[in-house]
Amino acid sequence: MIENISIYELLTVSTILFFIGLYGFLTRKNLIAMMMAIELLLNAAVINFVVINKYLFPDMLQGVYFSIFIIAVAAAETALAISIIINLYRLKTSVAITETETMKY
Amino acid sequence: MERVFFYIFAVIIIVFAIASVTSKKILRAIMYLLMSLLAIAALYFMMDYAFLGAVQMAVYAGGIIILFIFSVLLIHHVEGEIEEPSKMRKIGMALLSLLGLGISLATIYSFDFKVATKTATTSVENIGKGLLNYGEGGFILPFEVISILLLAAMIGAIIIAKGRKNI
Amino acid sequence: MDFSYTIFILLIPITTFLLLGFFYNRIKPAVSGWIGVTALTIVAGLSYYTAIKYFFYTPKLEGKYQTLYGIKMNWMNFTDKLHIDMGILLDPISIMMLVVVSTISLMVHIYSRGYMDGDRGYTKFFAFLSLFTFAMMGLVVATNLFQIYIFWELVGVSSFLLIGYYYEKPSAVAAAKKAFIVTRFADLGFLIGILLMGYYGGSYDFGILNNPEGAAIMNWASSSFMGLSVITWALLLMFMGGAGKSAMFPLHIWLPDAMEGPTPVSALIHAATMVVAGVYLVARMFPMFYFVEDGYALHVVAWVGAISSLIAAIIALTQYDIKRVLAFSTMSQIGYMMLALGVSKFDGHEGLGYMASMWHLFTHAMFKALLFLGAGSIIHAIHSNFMQDMGGLRKYMPITHITFLIGALSISGFPLTAGFFSKDEILAAAFEHNKPIYFITLFVAGLTAFYMFRLYFSIFWGKKKEYEHTPHESPWSMKFPLMFLAFMSVAAGYISFSEMVTADRAIFHIHFDFVGAAIAVSVGLSGIALAWFFYKKPTDYPEKISTAFGRFYTWTFHKFYIDELYLFITRTIIFKYISGSFAWFDQNVVDGSMRGIGNKTVSFSKLIKGLQSGKLQDYAVAFAGGAFILVLIVLYVL
Repeated sequence: MIENISIYELLTVSTILFFIGLYGFLTRKNLIAMMMAIELLLNAAVINFVVINKYLFPDMLQGVYFSIFIIAVAAAETALAISIIINLYRLKTSVAITETETMKY
Repeated sequence: MERVFFYIFAVIIIVFAIASVTSKKILRAIMYLLMSLLAIAALYFMMDYAFLGAVQMAVYAGGIIILFIFSVLLIHHVEGEIEEPSKMRKIGMALLSLLGLGISLATIYSFDFKVATKTATTSVENIGKGLLNYGEGGFILPFEVISILLLAAMIGAIIIAKGRKNI
Repeated sequence: MDFSYTIFILLIPITTFLLLGFFYNRIKPAVSGWIGVTALTIVAGLSYYTAIKYFFYTPKLEGKYQTLYGIKMNWMNFTDKLHIDMGILLDPISIMMLVVVSTISLMVHIYSRGYMDGDRGYTKFFAFLSLFTFAMMGLVVATNLFQIYIFWELVGVSSFLLIGYYYEKPSAVAAAKKAFIVTRFADLGFLIGILLMGYYGGSYDFGILNNPEGAAIMNWASSSFMGLSVITWALLLMFMGGAGKSAMFPLHIWLPDAMEGPTPVSALIHAATMVVAGVYLVARMFPMFYFVEDGYALHVVAWVGAISSLIAAIIALTQYDIKRVLAFSTMSQIGYMMLALGVSKFDGHEGLGYMASMWHLFTHAMFKALLFLGAGSIIHAIHSNFMQDMGGLRKYMPITHITFLIGALSISGFPLTAGFFSKDEILAAAFEHNKPIYFITLFVAGLTAFYMFRLYFSIFWGKKKEYEHTPHESPWSMKFPLMFLAFMSVAAGYISFSEMVTADRAIFHIHFDFVGAAIAVSVGLSGIALAWFFYKKPTDYPEKISTAFGRFYTWTFHKFYIDELYLFITRTIIFKYISGSFAWFDQNVVDGSMRGIGNKTVSFSKLIKGLQSGKLQDYAVAFAGGAFILVLIVLYVL
């Protein structure tokens, strides 16, 4: 609990961060940049977990655990996504999202 | 005092996040992202979750950001620019995001959080014991699952990135 | 007496069929021929053994032959009384048929080794022959209507396979289809008859149905339909099936076309064994035919037989394809058997017709197989089916000539041959019980002698032809069956059938009627004489006579246009008008609506296909926007 700071302010920050991430995910045309936007989304979620744990249930640690798990999953996901991107780049020599339209088939 | 720091960090988080998703230069965008993530870690420190803040810095700053930089160096020129989306799309997506933001904030502010008054300090020891506890409320199983997941992701990443010919 | 070994009579042919069928490509033709012949030899041996054991060593019950079961097991239970068995029934007619089928089949197997030599489907041919033998044996020993029906259809299938054996020839394929469809159509009646019989007669078992004091026969009047007892209807429908298999008028149209098959097959199936299945069925159900409604159904049988025999004999006069002549003569002779059954009574000497029919079945199998195999031998030498291409062959093929002559004499009822005795009994039975039929029979006897000797003289005498290759006598594998069957065509007349196969199973002695025999023989001899006069030397009498008959000759030559009538009924009336309208409805209304639904789906999906752009971010926009809208609805509307 940060003194003099209400839960609303912290949640506002995390919410803004989340929607910035969403905006980035929707507008970026580069796969790596999209991955970065996803990181922002995940971080906003982590902040939410932590804040709610701290402000509402200070004597428990579940939020922290989940934060750790989310960070671990994010790391794994990033590693995998980047390996896929590298492979894709080998195939198409581009990581622009417009090149990967084969999802519709 | 905390208030001032909090606002500084909040502004850093938001401004650098915006910069990260709008910057044309990809390497810069990554650096902005790093700033934002570090500021988030600072928030954790302020909330007395020192361990989490450390994890945040180590994993993100030390791991993920480095990965990003490597991949960019592998497939882009350092000065490589990102293709810009059309203006219409930008505006539309911004409006959509703002709409979502409005809904979320309205929901948050209309909810009455029952904030606990007591405070408790959290030690790393508690976190470690909780994670490895196999009694009631223990997190040993998710912990192990996560470790398997990391292993699988590692192997998968290697196999995928190696490409088909070299297998 | 233990007859359980008779199961091998069925098992050996089916095993041979499976063996030859599955290892079709692995077995060398020579080996497969020997396998077939060996298997059939064993089967024939078992059949003879059974016959001797049954007729001479099994004690009779009150002077009558008993019904024995080789095996009998329950197969399907419907109710306590109504159940279907599988088993082997042994009584005089089934044993006689076993002997006939195995003998002819064995002869045809031996003969085929020579006749089919070098044919591509040699092994396949023997496999089919084995299948046919199995089916026919199973039909013969069936204990109940359902078992007989199963094997009946198997016989139909193997007949189909063998007629269509030269499946590269369109006419053979058409003939196979025709045979199958016509007999299937007739079998529809058979099936309905069986079901009616099961429902109203209360059983499928021959032993129960044919018991003269049994419930099925005693209670025939209990239910009626359109003025006739339902049991009579059932019998008539079953006779329809029998008429289909036995090529009785008006279901005979498949038989001449069936000559497209290899000649040994024609000998085995379309002369000696399969076509008598209908006769066998009537004989098998004879007590029912006789007792139910005072033999109403039996009268139908008699007249159908008489008409078929007359029509077939007339048509045979005008045909030039030697196999077709023989086919029509087969139909005519089977008509004889049918009419003999039809005029027969039940008890003792009154049942002369029944005995005569079975006897004629036996002798006919021998001499008709002989004639067909002889014809096969001729075709083998000349490579043509047509009389016009033949003549003066007696010098080239002496054994074929002599055996063919014996067969022709036998079928014409020449004294002291087998055909003479059996035909004479038929005439006697007809004379005793039905005068109009007697005169038809007598007339047909004359016609038979005439067309057989027309055939004989045209082939072996007549003007001498120039042949491209000198015709040569067939190999021993073909000559031996001819000689054996020629022997049987005479010897079969001296078997005392009246002491073995009778309607009520009691023995009686036939009184030989010299006057009746003299009339029959003189009619037959005059037929032969007429043929000698016309065809011994090339003359123009036949031509003059055929022009004198004019339209009648043309009608006869075209088999009375019965085929054309069928075609008119099926193609014009049923296909065009009835089926045509249904087809229109099906294509336009049923299919149309279904196709409409399909087309609308396709066009609609083309319309909305653009939504699936394949771009990840478009999906994400849709997802996020949708989520917001849902949240808005949940929060502020609901």
